[in-house]
Amino acid sequence: MTNLDLTKPTAELAAQGTPLLEVDDLRVEFRTRSGVVNAVNGVSYSLGAGETLAILGESGSGKSVSAQAIMGILETPPAVISGGGIWFQGRNVLEMSAEDQRKIRGPGISMIFQDALSSLNPVYSVGFQIGEMFRAHRGMSKKAARAKAVELMDRVRIPAAARRVDDYPHQFSGGMRQRVMIAMAIALDPRILIADEPTTALDVTVQAQVMDLLKDLQQETGMGLILITHDLGVVNEVADNVAVMYAGEIVERGTVDDVFSRPSHPYTDGLMSSVPQVEAKGGRLRPIAGQPPNLAAIPSGCPFHPRCSRRRLGAEAAPGRDCATDVPPLRLVVPGREAACHYSEEVLGVAAE
Amino acid sequence: MTDQQQLDLRKDAVEAGTTTGLASPSVDVTKERQNSLWSDAWGDLRRNPLFWIGAVLGLFFLLMALVPQLFARGADPRACDLADSKARPSAQHWFGFDQQGCDYLANVVYGARNSLIIGVTAVLVILLLGVLVGAVAGYYGGVTDGILARIADIFYALPLILGALVLLRVGPSTGIPIINSRGPGAVAIALALFGWMTAMRLVRSQVIAVKSSDYVAAARAMGASSRRILVRHILPNAVAPVLVYATITIGVIIAAEATLTYLGVGLQRPAISWGLQIEAGQDSIRTAPHLVLFPSLILTLTVMAFVMMGDALRDALDPRQRA
Amino acid sequence: MGRYVARRLLLTIPVLLGASFLIFAMVYALPGDPIRALGGDRPLSPAVIAELRERFHLNDPLYVQYWEYLKGLFQGDLGTDFRGRPVLDTIERTLPVTVKLALAAVLFEIVIGLVAGVLAGIRRNSYFDNVVLVSTTLIVSIPILVLAFFTQLLFGLKLGWFPIAGTNEGFYSYVLPGLVLASGSLAYVARLTRTSLAENLRADYVRTARAKGLPNRTVVVRHTLRNSLIPVVTFIGADIGALLGGAIVTETVFNLPGIGREVFNSIRSQEGAVVVGIVTLMVFFFIFFNLVVDVLYAVLDPRIRYD
Repeated sequence: MTNLDLTKPTAELAAQGTPLLEVDDLRVEFRTRSGVVNAVNGVSYSLGAGETLAILGESGSGKSVSAQAIMGILETPPAVISGGGIWFQGRNVLEMSAEDQRKIRGPGISMIFQDALSSLNPVYSVGFQIGEMFRAHRGMSKKAARAKAVELMDRVRIPAAARRVDDYPHQFSGGMRQRVMIAMAIALDPRILIADEPTTALDVTVQAQVMDLLKDLQQETGMGLILITHDLGVVNEVADNVAVMYAGEIVERGTVDDVFSRPSHPYTDGLMSSVPQVEAKGGRLRPIAGQPPNLAAIPSGCPFHPRCSRRRLGAEAAPGRDCATDVPPLRLVVPGREAACHYSEEVLGVAAE
Repeated sequence: MTDQQQLDLRKDAVEAGTTTGLASPSVDVTKERQNSLWSDAWGDLRRNPLFWIGAVLGLFFLLMALVPQLFARGADPRACDLADSKARPSAQHWFGFDQQGCDYLANVVYGARNSLIIGVTAVLVILLLGVLVGAVAGYYGGVTDGILARIADIFYALPLILGALVLLRVGPSTGIPIINSRGPGAVAIALALFGWMTAMRLVRSQVIAVKSSDYVAAARAMGASSRRILVRHILPNAVAPVLVYATITIGVIIAAEATLTYLGVGLQRPAISWGLQIEAGQDSIRTAPHLVLFPSLILTLTVMAFVMMGDALRDALDPRQRA
Repeated sequence: MGRYVARRLLLTIPVLLGASFLIFAMVYALPGDPIRALGGDRPLSPAVIAELRERFHLNDPLYVQYWEYLKGLFQGDLGTDFRGRPVLDTIERTLPVTVKLALAAVLFEIVIGLVAGVLAGIRRNSYFDNVVLVSTTLIVSIPILVLAFFTQLLFGLKLGWFPIAGTNEGFYSYVLPGLVLASGSLAYVARLTRTSLAENLRADYVRTARAKGLPNRTVVVRHTLRNSLIPVVTFIGADIGALLGGAIVTETVFNLPGIGREVFNSIRSQEGAVVVGIVTLMVFFFIFFNLVVDVLYAVLDPRIRYD
C-alpha cells in the first residue's frame, strides 16, 4: 500500500507548502570489526519544492552517508540507521517496507554520483541504462524505453542523442557521462534530486555547464535539489540554503548569502578563509589547523574544539560552555541562522542576549 | 588504537563509501610501503587458521625429509621379509607392509625427502629463470621483450607434464649431465624448464607497472642507474606476488613429480618415492588398498600444506583478492 | 576486429612452429635408434634398416628433418608411425574420446563450479561460503593421480555407480574421468566466480542500480552477475584448450583411448611422428581457444576494442 502519488508532475506541488522532505535527528553508524564509526550524529533539515539545499563539508563529514540513508541504499551491514526519521511527503521512509522504499527511488527521490564512469555499468549502452527507469517503474517495452532515452538525452543537451543512444559509457567524455547520469536521474520527474559531488571530477568549464543544466532542469520541473559538495564556489552559485557539516553533525545553517558573507561558526569561518577568492588578491590563505576527526573517536564537547582558534576551556569558558566538555546544541543565533557553537555571537560580531 | 585498527577503519570507511579516495602524493615510499605491507601481512597471517594448518603441516614434512628416522618408528625401509608381503596395518606397523614385505610407514616417511628436494630445487630454478628473464624483458621492453615473451608463449603452450615427460623419456640417452641421470635433479630440471613462464610473466608485469610509476621516474631524474633502479625500486615490489606463486608452486611440483614417477619417467627404483609406491600399489588396489592409500594421503597433505600457505599469503599480501 | 584476429593468427604461427620444433628436437635428438628397437629380438637386415632410415630422414641434420616434416604438414600429411599407419588416422581415432572427455569436464565446471561460486559470492561469509572455500582448497591440493584412484575406489568399486575404465558405457564412462579432469578448474571457477561477484557487488554501478529503484533481482542478475561472469566465461573458454591437452594422466588411469593416452604410449615407445603430430595439435587447440577467448572478451565487455 502506498498513498504516495508519484505520477503528478512535481511542478504542481510547488504551491502546497508542506516540505517534500524532512530529516529529523538522523543517526547512522558503521559497525565494523574495529569498533563503531559514528558517521551521522543527529542531522535534521527539510527541503521544499523548488528549493536548493547545499550540504557542505569535508570528506568524512557524513554528508554522503546521510544522503545514502535518505535514498535507502546504505550497505547494511555494516551501516545501521540507529535513530531519527526521514519523512518524504509526510511519510516516514524508514517505516516503509523495502518494496515501497524501492518504488520511491526513481520517481520520488533520485540521485547522481560523483564519478559517472564508475557509476554507470560499463557493459550496457547508456540508452539501455536510462531506459531501465521506464521499464522498471512504468513497465514500458524495450523499444518505447529506448525512445524515451533519446528524448532525455536531448533534454540534458547531449549532442546527436539519437545516434549516441547505443554507445557505451566509456565512449563519452566526463561531462557527457555526467549528463547521462542526470538524464537517468530525472527520467521519472523525481520530486527530489540528490547530487553527490556532481562536478568534482570534471574540468572547471564543464562544471559550470553541468551546474547550469541542473539549475535549468530544476526551474522546469520544480524539483527539490540537495547538492552535496565541498566546493564553496558551486554552493555560492546555485544554492538557496546551506548546511555545513562537521563530524557527522550540522554545525551551521542559513541562507547561502548570510552564511557566506558572515559565518557564525568558527569552522565555517575557517572554510571561508582557506579558499582563495578572486576579488581579494594578496590576502593570505589561512588553512584550518589539524585533521578532520576520527569518526570512531569523536572529541568530547564540541567536536571541532581541538582545531578551533576561538575555543575556551576551563576557567576561560563561561559556565556550562566549556568547549572541551559541553556539547554545543544547534541553536538560533540571529533570525534565519542556526549554529552549533557556544560563542557564535562572538564569531558573528553581535552582542549576545 | 593500533596501526592495524587504523587501517581496518580506513578500509571499512572506504568500503562504506564514507571517504573519497584521494590520490596520494607520489613520493618514493618503496621502503616504508614494503615495511607496512609485510607487517600488515603478518598481522593477517597470524589470524588465519589456514596459514597455521599449512605451516604446521609444512614444517612436519620438512622435518620428515630431514630426519626420517624420527618418524619411521624404528623400522628400516630396506629391511624386508617377503613373509610379511602386503600385510595389513597393525599396532606395531601402522601402515602395514608392501609387496616385498618392507615396513610401509618407513617407506612412506623416507619418500618425503625426494619429494621436497625436487619441489624446492625446481622452484628455485623456476625463480632464477623467471626473475632473470622477466626483469630483463620488462625493464628493457621493445624487441628484447618481444622475443622473450614469444619464447615464454612457446613453453606456455606445452602442458607441464607433457613437456617434462618427453624430456625425461629421452633424457637418459642424451649426453646432458643431470638430465641423463634419472635422479631427482633430472626431474627438478625438467619440471622447471617447462614451468618457469608464470614466474617470468609475474615479474615482467610488476616491473612494467612499477617502471612507469612516478617515484621511479623521480629516482631516474636524480640520476640513479638502471641497475640500481631495477634492484632497489622495482624488484622489491615483485617479491610479494612471486613469494605467493613460489609457495603454491612447490606443492604443484611435488604433485607433478609423483605423477611423472608414476608414469615411469621420473625416479626409478631403488629410489624411495610416493609416485613409485602408488604405481606399485595400484595392481593390488582391491586386495591391499592401503598400499595406494597411505602414499596418496601423505602426498596430498604435503601438497595441501604448500597450497594453504600460499593461499593465506596471497590473502594477506593482496587484500583486494579477499572478498 | 577482423584485423586484430588476422594479426593474432599471424602471431600464433611462430608459437606453433616453436612449440612443435621444441618437441620435434627433443624427440629426434635422442641418439638411441628407434628402428633397431622396432625389430625387437629379431634383428632387421642392414638393408631394411638403411631403407627405413632413409624413409624417415633419420640421416639428415635436425633442421632438414624438421623442414621435411613441415612440408608434409602443409599438405595435410602428418607422417606415419614405424608400422606405416598414418598419424592422421591415429588422431581421427583417438580425438573424439578426448573431445567427449573435455566436454564432460567443462560441463562439471559450469554446473558445479559456477553454481557454487555464485551462491558463495552472493552470501559471503555464510556457512555455505565457508564450505566452498575449504572444499576448493582441498580439491586443489589433491593431485589428479590420487583423485583418480580414489574416485575409482569409491564410486567405481565400493558403490558401483560408474564404470572405472574404458568407454563402453557411453556418457556414464565419462562421468568419473570428467569429474577428475575438471577438479582443479572446477575449484578455480568457484573461487573466481565468488571473488568476482563479491567485488562487483561493491561496485559503484551496483549502487547506482539500487538508487534507480530497480528490483533486487534485476540489480543482482543484470547489474552484478552479468559483469562478474566475464572473467569466468573467458577462463572456461581458455580452459577447454588446456583440457584437450592435459588429459594424459586421466586418460591413462581410466584407460580411455584418447589423444592423451595415445601420446603417452607413443612417448614410451618413441613413436616420434605420433608424438610430434599430437603435441602440435594440442598446442594448436591451446592457442586457438586463447584466441577465441580474446575475441569473446571484446564481445562481452564493450570497453575492450582491438583496433
